[in-house]
Amino acid sequence: MDLLQRFAAGDLEAFESLFRQYQGEVYRWIMRIVRNSATAEDLTVETFWRMYRARAQFDPTKGNCGPWLRRIATNIALDHLRRSRHEVPLLDDLPATASQPPAEQLELRREILGAIDELSPPLRAVILLALVEEESYENIARALGISESAVRVRVFRGVRVLRKSLSQAGVHA
Amino acid sequence: MNQPELVDLKKLLKDSLHPVGGLELQRDLWPAMLRRLDQPSFHVPWWDWTLLAAATALLLFFPGMIPALLYHL
Repeated sequence: MDLLQRFAAGDLEAFESLFRQYQGEVYRWIMRIVRNSATAEDLTVETFWRMYRARAQFDPTKGNCGPWLRRIATNIALDHLRRSRHEVPLLDDLPATASQPPAEQLELRREILGAIDELSPPLRAVILLALVEEESYENIARALGISESAVRVRVFRGVRVLRKSLSQAGVHA
Repeated sequence: MNQPELVDLKKLLKDSLHPVGGLELQRDLWPAMLRRLDQPSFHVPWWDWTLLAAATALLLFFPGMIPALLYHL
């Protein structure tokens, strides 16, 4: 019996193998949406917990649980954004790359994080994935369970909201 | 929105937000996963059990309350 079949049958060792194989990938995907390492770690564990609970629904003949995991991870990350919206501001704990002076850079970064915080969770996820991470629309669509044209519409709407927020804050993009 | 505008916004965002790229996980999450698996999926607080036990005892010792309770439900 192969790994996926053993996992679907409830074998904990098979689950551990899958966990070790995919934990980094799931963590990075969630990190792309929530942009906070501690939160991304918690949500990674939550993703695998839901995967384990739903193992009976998994079809091992598909041959790959990556897309399924990514879909669960995306839903969990979006749920987190909905719950924490307006409670916890976007805490990006990755360093910025700009070459501006630190004070100016910090101010601009603060404005941009604030503008992203204003976006609804589905728009925020699409904007971060498409514009910052440069993920393909196809990957984003698959992870969100929507069509590529719906992703395009969300990017368009997100950019419009973002530009409006930034121009109100005096940042022109 | 035209393409140059989108490119400008993308540059502005990427100047302020570092892409995650190939970021590595800092620790193995398997121990945390095992702790999560040990937690009950549905936790009922102890006081809920106490209330349920008290209500059951009450109905057991005073069965005459059952019709009144059903009426109020």
